[in-house]
Amino acid sequence: MTLLAVEGLRKSFDGVHAVAGVSFRLQAGEMLALIGPNGAGKSTCFNLLNGQLRPDAGRVLLDGTDITGRQPRQIWRLGVGRSFQVASVFASMTVIENLQTALIAQAGQVFRFGRPADGYFRAEAAALLRLVGMAEQGGQAAGVLAYGDVKRLELALALANDPRLLLMDEPTAGMAPAERGALMALVRRIARERGTAVLFTEHDMEIVFSSADRILVMDRGRLIAEGDAASVRADPRVRAVYLGEP
Amino acid sequence: MDFVFVQLLTGLSSAAALFLVASGLTIIFGVTRVVNFAHGSLCMLGAYIGWSVLRLLPRDPSGFVFGVLLAAAATGAIGLAIEIGLLRRVYRAPELLQLLLTFAVLLILQDVTQMVWGAADLTLPRPLWLRAFVRIGDARIARYDLYPIAIGPLVLGLLWLLMRRTRFGMLVRAATENRQMVAALGVNEKILFSAVFALGAALAGLGGALSLPGGSANLQIDLSVVVEAFVVVVVGGMGSLPGAFLASVLIGVLQAFGIVLLPKITLVLVFSVMALVLAIRPQGLFGRRAASAAPAEVFTLIRPASAAVKWFGLAALIVAAVAPFFVGPYWVSVLTEAAISVLFAASLHFAMGPGGMPSFGHAAWFGIGAYAAGLGLRIFALPMEAGMALAPLAAGLVAALFAACVVRLSGVYLAMLTLALAQIVWAGASQLVDLTGGDNGILGVRPAAWATNPKVFYWLALALCVGAALVLRGVLFAPFGYALRAARDRPLRAEAIGLDAVRLRLVALTISGAAAGLSGGVFAYAKGSVFPTYIAVGKSVDALLMVLLGGVQTMAGPIVGAIAYTGLFDALLLATDFWRLALGLLIVVLVLVFPSGIAGMAGRLR
Repeated sequence: MTLLAVEGLRKSFDGVHAVAGVSFRLQAGEMLALIGPNGAGKSTCFNLLNGQLRPDAGRVLLDGTDITGRQPRQIWRLGVGRSFQVASVFASMTVIENLQTALIAQAGQVFRFGRPADGYFRAEAAALLRLVGMAEQGGQAAGVLAYGDVKRLELALALANDPRLLLMDEPTAGMAPAERGALMALVRRIARERGTAVLFTEHDMEIVFSSADRILVMDRGRLIAEGDAASVRADPRVRAVYLGEP
Repeated sequence: MDFVFVQLLTGLSSAAALFLVASGLTIIFGVTRVVNFAHGSLCMLGAYIGWSVLRLLPRDPSGFVFGVLLAAAATGAIGLAIEIGLLRRVYRAPELLQLLLTFAVLLILQDVTQMVWGAADLTLPRPLWLRAFVRIGDARIARYDLYPIAIGPLVLGLLWLLMRRTRFGMLVRAATENRQMVAALGVNEKILFSAVFALGAALAGLGGALSLPGGSANLQIDLSVVVEAFVVVVVGGMGSLPGAFLASVLIGVLQAFGIVLLPKITLVLVFSVMALVLAIRPQGLFGRRAASAAPAEVFTLIRPASAAVKWFGLAALIVAAVAPFFVGPYWVSVLTEAAISVLFAASLHFAMGPGGMPSFGHAAWFGIGAYAAGLGLRIFALPMEAGMALAPLAAGLVAALFAACVVRLSGVYLAMLTLALAQIVWAGASQLVDLTGGDNGILGVRPAAWATNPKVFYWLALALCVGAALVLRGVLFAPFGYALRAARDRPLRAEAIGLDAVRLRLVALTISGAAAGLSGGVFAYAKGSVFPTYIAVGKSVDALLMVLLGGVQTMAGPIVGAIAYTGLFDALLLATDFWRLALGLLIVVLVLVFPSGIAGMAGRLR
């Protein structure tokens, strides 16, 4: 089943075509990697999907619904979770309060002014923490976590609306090599168990080749290759872009 | 026709004076990103020094020019000392702390100036060569009113040459556009910043000294000049010299015609122009939208009160409740003010701490609340109970309308716009004499019969104000408070989990305004009167000091801060005539040594 369909996406800044006609599809439960050299347009492409930027042309369909140009918070409501390249969690809260806030937002209970938020969605928040292996750390300040833990908390936040689609911008950037594989294995397990589709960008090729079902390669705003690890690795255009081979 | 021409010249003349001060302010902001509240004080010093120097010099043109330049140089040197001694330490601090520190300098210079030169206005006999009149049609204009018109463009030209033709100017422009670049160029930032501050101070001093023939050296210059210069700089675009020039002309001419055509609302007119420009073009006429230049703030973990703190709070409340049985009427009135301050400070903390919206005009809501009560009594003969209900409603309503225009702004622009709004309300209160009684205020705002006993009124104030402050606190720990804090901590992440930051901040500002309005309403009945001073800049600074004294990043901060500040302030008033000096020094210590406040320090020691 096609969950995400991207058709002819374009975006330019001051005449520079950052994304120049990108189309692809993503199936439920599939892990799709978007790779390319610096400046290829990956981040722009991502921000067009998550609502942070409006495309100049093209459409983004989520399960048949046109979500082109909608606000990030509306896209979240439709079941899209997101993690940031530079991990961003709420530093003035504990780990579990971070998740309670996301769950409160998800339930549409933000404009409540009486009962302490402490009592909202404790069990659900704890379940999310267990899922990402942080059951013991609920009471810690989110602002002082080790970086690997911040990334896992980010993942838990992105999962708080039980998303159909996860958008992860460099999910393992800044993590120690040993932690990277573990995090992506966790994402892969969640994708399998819940049928969540995952689109991620990544610099670490080992992570890409070991965790993606399919790989899209971007260069100068266009898709230049698409396929599984072996075919992408063998593609002469990809080799030219990455290794400078003629 | 003559009338138009004469008013135009008058306007251009005051525009030139305004530009001298504003140009210094805008250059300093452009390079150091510090909004210098003490800039008007430097102008005031220029006037006083100019007075002292010019009396001794021969009263001919060359003596005048020499004296004025000497005053400018001396003011520049004082500015240099202030920069090296104080400002240099806070370039990396949050904007609000910088503003407060420069406000402390304003307070200190105010008292020091009074110590040196006395409280009386000082005027110079006008030299003959400036006394002559110029005929334009049927109108006669004095030369001392005309000569600034030539000086404004002259200074602009010289500054332009300095900025375009010298290495110093190139560095200033580079720093204004991109701070990292200057550091990368290997320039000694310290020397550049000091030089820029000294230049700005000298320009302010020049403006002060040049105003002498037409006016006087007096102690009101500092605040009146700096507020006008703020308007000019904000309208022109912070950091832009041509912007400051254009805005000076705009504001100067607007004032000149306003005073004749609409004398009652001149100030309202001026500040409305500023609010309008900011709402449409937040970066000002010539300003650039700066990518948030301030370093990302570090937010500390917020925890609900521990059992010990709760018991301590309860004990303090009981002590406060039984206090009237043991103390005299003076202390009952102090305690009443303390209770009101607690709510006033808590309402500001609500917006600027968890809400992340710094406000330099929080007195607006306080004043609207007080005037709602006073006007309700005057026009509709409302009883006290209704007046106290109207106060938060009126303030909350205005706050909601205001918030709808400004919640998208941030940082120093938001602070400036709240200041502008407070000044509009203040100007309205003092100039709409028929409605508000102007500076004579509204008198006879007496509590209801059952609450006329000061002790009973104190219990009422305690219940309302501390009760409302606790409600605010409760809201911060409710889902709304979490969401608000989330949107402050990480705006993009908050959006990505479905939070609508604009709506959250709008509601927060409304609640904050309504709470401050309630404190203003209670204050009106406590004092029995309502005056424009309730909305003055000083009142907004009181609130800021209470919050900072307690600690922005804590939940108990505003309450602790309000009590400490009220006690401290009364002690200062009793102990010394120079309370501004003492308060200024206190702020300096607070900002430089204890930026996290009392509650913040206590939290760290635990």
